[in-house]
Amino acid sequence: MNPSVDALRTTFGDAIGRAEAARDGETIAFVRPDRLTDVMRWLRDTPGQAYDYLVDVTAVEYRDRERALEVVYFLRSLERHADLRVKVELDPRGELAVDSVTPLWAGANWLEREVYDMFGVTFRGHPDLRRILMWETYAEGYPLRKDFPLRGRFSRAEQVRQALNANPEAHYSLEELSIAEAFDEVPAEMRERLRRGERGKLPFDE
Amino acid sequence: MSKRTVELELATPGLDARGQPARVPLVARGLEPGNEPDLGGEHLLINLGPQHPATHGVLRLVVELDGEMVVRVIPHVGYLHSGFEKLGEYRHYNQIIPLTDRTDYLSPMANNVGLALAAEQLMGIEITPRCQVLRVIACEMSRIISHMVWLGTTSIDLGAFTPFLWAFQERERIYDLQEMWTGARLTTSVTRVGGLMADVPDAFVPGLRHFTNTFPNTLAEIDRVLTRNAVWAGRTQGIGVMTKAEAITYSLSGPMLRASGVPYDVRKDKPYLGYETYDFEVPIGEHGDVYDRYLLRLEECHQSNRILRQALDRLPDGPINVDDPRVILPSKSRAMSDMEAMIFHFKQVMEGVKAPVGEAYVGIENPKGELGNYLVSDGTAKPVRWRIRPPSFINLSALPKMAEGHLLSDLIAINASVDIVMGEVDR
Amino acid sequence: MEELRYVFPQRRPSTYFLNGVTVVKRVSKEISGSPNWLVTKFDELVNWARANSLWPMPFGTACCAIEFMATAASRYDFARFGMERQAFSPRQADVLICAGRLPFKLAPVIRRVYDQMPQPKWVISMGACASTGGIFDNYAMVQGIDTVVPVDVYVPGCPPRPEGLLYGVLMLHKKIKGESLALPALRDEQPLDAKGLRMPPDEIDEISEPFGNSVHQFRSS
Repeated sequence: MNPSVDALRTTFGDAIGRAEAARDGETIAFVRPDRLTDVMRWLRDTPGQAYDYLVDVTAVEYRDRERALEVVYFLRSLERHADLRVKVELDPRGELAVDSVTPLWAGANWLEREVYDMFGVTFRGHPDLRRILMWETYAEGYPLRKDFPLRGRFSRAEQVRQALNANPEAHYSLEELSIAEAFDEVPAEMRERLRRGERGKLPFDE
Repeated sequence: MSKRTVELELATPGLDARGQPARVPLVARGLEPGNEPDLGGEHLLINLGPQHPATHGVLRLVVELDGEMVVRVIPHVGYLHSGFEKLGEYRHYNQIIPLTDRTDYLSPMANNVGLALAAEQLMGIEITPRCQVLRVIACEMSRIISHMVWLGTTSIDLGAFTPFLWAFQERERIYDLQEMWTGARLTTSVTRVGGLMADVPDAFVPGLRHFTNTFPNTLAEIDRVLTRNAVWAGRTQGIGVMTKAEAITYSLSGPMLRASGVPYDVRKDKPYLGYETYDFEVPIGEHGDVYDRYLLRLEECHQSNRILRQALDRLPDGPINVDDPRVILPSKSRAMSDMEAMIFHFKQVMEGVKAPVGEAYVGIENPKGELGNYLVSDGTAKPVRWRIRPPSFINLSALPKMAEGHLLSDLIAINASVDIVMGEVDR
Repeated sequence: MEELRYVFPQRRPSTYFLNGVTVVKRVSKEISGSPNWLVTKFDELVNWARANSLWPMPFGTACCAIEFMATAASRYDFARFGMERQAFSPRQADVLICAGRLPFKLAPVIRRVYDQMPQPKWVISMGACASTGGIFDNYAMVQGIDTVVPVDVYVPGCPPRPEGLLYGVLMLHKKIKGESLALPALRDEQPLDAKGLRMPPDEIDEISEPFGNSVHQFRSS
């Protein structure tokens, strides 16, 4: 068991849940979602911990519907050669939202965007939470959820139709449009979408 | 990350009081207020890709240009998203191995090894010594072919066509060996959980030995043509610098991380497959620019060659597969004649090998960086979650940081130096 | 979005000049009777020129693109077959070789690239993923690029060996040599219909249906 877990419990008390060992020997620590940023900052900045390298951010949803959806953070301390896995449990039937760790590790930017794209987990405070692997107006849902079928929800013809109509140039993000000074020429429907704030919300969510 | 200072909150309209998009101050190198050149004009927004010869696959770069200088670049990925991780949840562990060929298709054997190691860690299987050495050979062969693609395509992007042909000729020689071993040039699927698909044929070892004897000559030729070349050095030195701290916070890995001076190599720090018993060095850069990455990868090819020689010398005899009939398919002759073997064969093919409940993450030193396979199992034969920790995806996210302030042609050089393969970026 | 998009005028050669003699060819959509000797010789010349100088537009996406590059490299070298210059601009290309899998996000891109190519143009679908979706029978993958662009030659393989791709190119040569300027319908562009599809939706569904092993491989546990 990684000694960081004991140090975490001493510092944060009951914000730290159970600790398990994975089959590869790494320690997994469960953290309460509302204290995540404090815990992560402490892990990164405290001299004895110094988890300066974020290896990966991902999410796991189990086939058993009673189990929580876990957001998993793989942390590594390069100088101490130590690894720690931190998990946050979310209710899969409820609102999936957790704080973003992008202010702490810049590598989390795209990793969190991918978790949002595939699972629908919103990362509060993320500078640019858009879909990254699917196109931005993808309307079928969040692919890696367990209730999303392998072949998608729509028929193949409908998927082809939606894909052909998802003209990539029509969906520049806000920052790109401000450069292009093209905001005035944007069609009214798109301006409406931008006004509503397309970050973090899909059109069909309204 | 670029030096923008805006934090956009979710669902906040990005419009200011006049209904225009809220402008943010951009501070790019060379364009600080007070230092701006006199030329008026606007910034230009151009689109590179996704179909483009120099983007190394289907990558789309939206580039904001001030004249020739890149103010900002916004990469768009996902044009090769194939749903690997979703597919993995519907396949047995051995059926996932052919999928791994197609993520990083420039170094397929290394991917196969990565997944097999993760599955074996999950199931608690220990592989045989011969299998370990053969997997080291597979990984190092993959490193060489991946670096050869990198070398060929980077030099062709920067205008040097000849090293492309030399590098691809070396790849053809390795392809011959791969085809000899697995039957396929590119989509090898060489590992199985608990062992390998097949043992190496007799002509493999002399063939590989001949390769290791002649490969340094090609590397020397390429070195002679490129390393002290004024055009090459001028186009790559000082370009796309990532400092040590930036490299760590951007979670870079592999040659990108080491070129910035961070001495981290998974083979040395968390050794697998017996790498601690091999005698090799890991080159570390100091400047973190494109030239350092080039030198580093060239030297890694030399070191891979060295490891291959050692592996060939120490290749032990013995079985390649672990002796567990619940995990490894019995031989065809036994399966057709012995009832028990037939039952094992049936169970493995129809139901798959069940993994115990738990999870395992194993990171290996892919040519592109640290390739991790994270497998979560709920006791069935198909994983609950298969996550590929993609080194190219994470290395690519640092592109905006590296490219700002450089010229457009430097952007091509920097993009090439990241060594991305879109199959892995998009999965 | 409701009107027809991508409507192109059809190429209708109405007159040729051959050796100073004006040959007027009646334009008709049906296959005309038996073209005369002059026209067949002209056809042979034109087809020979087209077939032996096919400049490929490599729309390389995934692993097949690497085999495409290997075919272009020195060992297999398809420059011997006329594909000397890889045209990375669709405006200067003859044949679009889709090498690799095509996800839905990339479908409008290949459609646009195909539309930008001037006639005469052909499409080679290289590999199993481009032809049928390959092993990726899931939410993200187009089940065959023929749902998006018209295809002339399918080259199976995962990835096809360079010799396989060369064989596909030679098959395309044979197909081109069988064309005739007397059949203008061959070079017609099919516009996308009002829904933005190339073929009726039930036909797309039918050719995208799973087959073989894929029929059973959708259960998660």
